[in-house]
Amino acid sequence: MSTATDEGANARPLLSLRGINMTFGGVRALKNVSFEVMPGEVHCLAGENGSGKSTLIKVISGVYTPAAGAEIVFDGESIPHMTPGMAQARGIQIIWQDLALFPEMSVAENIAFQTLSGARPRPVNYATIRSVAEEALARLGVSLDVDRPLKDYAIAQRQIVAIARALVGEARVVFMDEPTASLTQSETDHLLAIVRNLSASGVAVVFVSHRLAEVLEISSRITVLRDGALVGVYPVEGMTQSKITELMTGRTFDQNTRARDVSGSSVVLSASNLSRPGEFSDISFDLHRGETLGITGLLGSGRTELALTLFGMRRPASGTVTLSGRPVRFASNREAIAAGVAYLSEDRLSLGLNQPQSIADNLVMASLNRILSGRLISTEKKRSLVSRWIADLGVKIGRQDDAISTLSGGNQQRVAIAKWLATDPKVLILDSPTVGVDVGARAGIFEIVARLAEAGLSIILISDEVPEVYFNADRVIHMEKGRIAGVYDPRASTLKDLEASVYA
Amino acid sequence: MRKLFLSHTTEFVLIGVIVAMSVFLGFATDRFLTLGNAFDLLNISAVNIIFAVGLLVVLIAGGIDISFAVAASVVQYVTALALERIGGGGWVSGLLIAGSAGIFLGAINAFLIHRFRIISIVVTIATFNIYFGLLMFFTKGVSIYNLPDWLTTRVIVYEREMADGSWAEITLPVVVMAICVLATWLFISRTTTGRQLYAFGDNPEGARRFGINIGAMQFIAFGWLGLMAGIAGLMQAHYAQEVVPNALYGRELDVLAAVVLGGARLGGGKGSVLGCVLGVLLVSITQNGLNLMGVSPFAFKMIVGAIILAAITLSSARIEKLVPILAPRKPADGEAAARGESR
Repeated sequence: MSTATDEGANARPLLSLRGINMTFGGVRALKNVSFEVMPGEVHCLAGENGSGKSTLIKVISGVYTPAAGAEIVFDGESIPHMTPGMAQARGIQIIWQDLALFPEMSVAENIAFQTLSGARPRPVNYATIRSVAEEALARLGVSLDVDRPLKDYAIAQRQIVAIARALVGEARVVFMDEPTASLTQSETDHLLAIVRNLSASGVAVVFVSHRLAEVLEISSRITVLRDGALVGVYPVEGMTQSKITELMTGRTFDQNTRARDVSGSSVVLSASNLSRPGEFSDISFDLHRGETLGITGLLGSGRTELALTLFGMRRPASGTVTLSGRPVRFASNREAIAAGVAYLSEDRLSLGLNQPQSIADNLVMASLNRILSGRLISTEKKRSLVSRWIADLGVKIGRQDDAISTLSGGNQQRVAIAKWLATDPKVLILDSPTVGVDVGARAGIFEIVARLAEAGLSIILISDEVPEVYFNADRVIHMEKGRIAGVYDPRASTLKDLEASVYA
Repeated sequence: MRKLFLSHTTEFVLIGVIVAMSVFLGFATDRFLTLGNAFDLLNISAVNIIFAVGLLVVLIAGGIDISFAVAASVVQYVTALALERIGGGGWVSGLLIAGSAGIFLGAINAFLIHRFRIISIVVTIATFNIYFGLLMFFTKGVSIYNLPDWLTTRVIVYEREMADGSWAEITLPVVVMAICVLATWLFISRTTTGRQLYAFGDNPEGARRFGINIGAMQFIAFGWLGLMAGIAGLMQAHYAQEVVPNALYGRELDVLAAVVLGGARLGGGKGSVLGCVLGVLLVSITQNGLNLMGVSPFAFKMIVGAIILAAITLSSARIEKLVPILAPRKPADGEAAARGESR
């Protein structure tokens, strides 16, 4: 490795990329992107899903080879063909968004995996592996049983393991791709403290996060990508969350609460004293025609369990549900769907949509009985039903027969909503409808929600992002540990009040 | 001890089942718990255990192979013909030829899987048919009986006369099996390449991002199984003193069931040599016991199937639910538990 000249060592970037182009099957994922990291700085890489952040990280780590003409310089050394091994040898460490850990292997092997990689076979020294792992964990001030398989640990600890792995060996720059996505607030605070420590000890950190508050708190500079192209590099001083959002999406968003007074319209769904031991208790509320009722609360507050009960997938231990004035007791969700209740799952990827199947097949999945011709499915009726909903919800698709997985998160979610609207529901329960959906596309989802409510559909909107329910619901129920902790009218209370009680 | 039990649940359950069965068979028959019978069990199981440790490596790497048993038959023919050509040969040349032929056939599987990105079960069902079809076509189903003398002569490594005048013997295949088992254990748990195979089977994308050569992993895994299949084929020919084209046909499923019984996971990343050996032994003991008890051989498959099902259910059921005292301390705090609940 070449050494830096004494003067200018501080001014010279640790890592610099220029002219990075990357194409996948005709789609240009990166367009002439350049990127720079200074030694010891905390640098934020911002952009929506699909803007090219993860692709750029894969180029830097040698997983992808960029198109000809790319220039990668690390610590003064030009590296025309980066490989994962070369990146590791130079102290470029990545904490992947999906962690890229090995669940069946021990914590020690996961952390010290670098000592196991490489093409040349060598004997394994488990004592070394254990001590390397324990040392890395000690640097983080964490103690885990390193002999246990990783799968015994929850996601937060796995995150710690991934971080510890990045600290093995002489890390010069650590990329963290959405490291806080599955952490609680206190775990996040701990992680941010670690990042500061790394930075203070001269290790550069590139931080990728959707949570803009964190970004503003931790980093000194921001590089923004949009649609695979560089928007710009900005100092954090003077930045605001809305300004970053604007740069990421290229659009401005005004936020006003959409709350209306619908207490005069008829009650569609009414729950009284619903309880399921260990999940929720004594839940009572009325849902009016055309109302959007927000339910928020932390994970574990019982909101999803409540939704599944209303949808007939769980049976209440006590209490009653009334639908259009008639008491109902669903034996299964088939009965709930038939009675006009629809539920959009919070887990779109594995439960909500069947990823390898086509857009059309996904869309008609819950309403097959509406496209029958005799006893068989009519292709014609299917196409026209799909076309109608695609147009109605403004889903951007290529062909109806393309796999749903080819669509962006926002468009997938529109199809998932269309799937339920096609069942002609009276009540639509949306459980965390914006998970994995970009800031820009979120607004589109809520436009649809508002339009549906305007047309008379009753909606229960569940989200752990308090602003989402505050700005988009007519009333907000705050659930805590399975109970209703409060009911808020967004027109009469401020977002701060609501957030204060939820996060209290 | 508790920790050891939790990390090797399958092995302990299998040992428990084997001990229980042995005690039962010891009372039920007067021959089961004799040295002669124990040695017989080893002699009979040797070939399957060699196959099993080879297959284990492929399963750990996230693949599956249906073709290895008929590949071993192909190896037997190739080796017999080659030995005839070179005028007899000996154990060294025999093992070299059989081993290389096995590795070659394994490499064909690896090549098809890696080059054309076809999943291993499809590739190996295809090569299973191709290997077997070619074998039947070229041999016209004819067996080879005139094998070299060194190959058909029983090699007794250890023998002892019993009180009743019978001889308890350990034969060469058992020694070869022990070497294969030891070599596989050293390879997968004591070399970096072995650990990379685990990692690759556990999370292929994660391994790729670490710069692990995915193609090399496939060739190493299927090559190892090919080597083991070649050796097992030669040992089976030695044991049977003849080469019959369909002698090993169907063996792949018996071995696969035994390996999965031993705790290897279809899908990769998990499995141990000890579990694998115990899995084969459990199946052998079952058959041996039924035999000694005079049960009709026609009932064997049925009972072995039931035993496999019962043992797998037992070892995959959450052990702490069956034996609550062994429940692990929760590594996560209450918060993570609450989170898991709401997912």
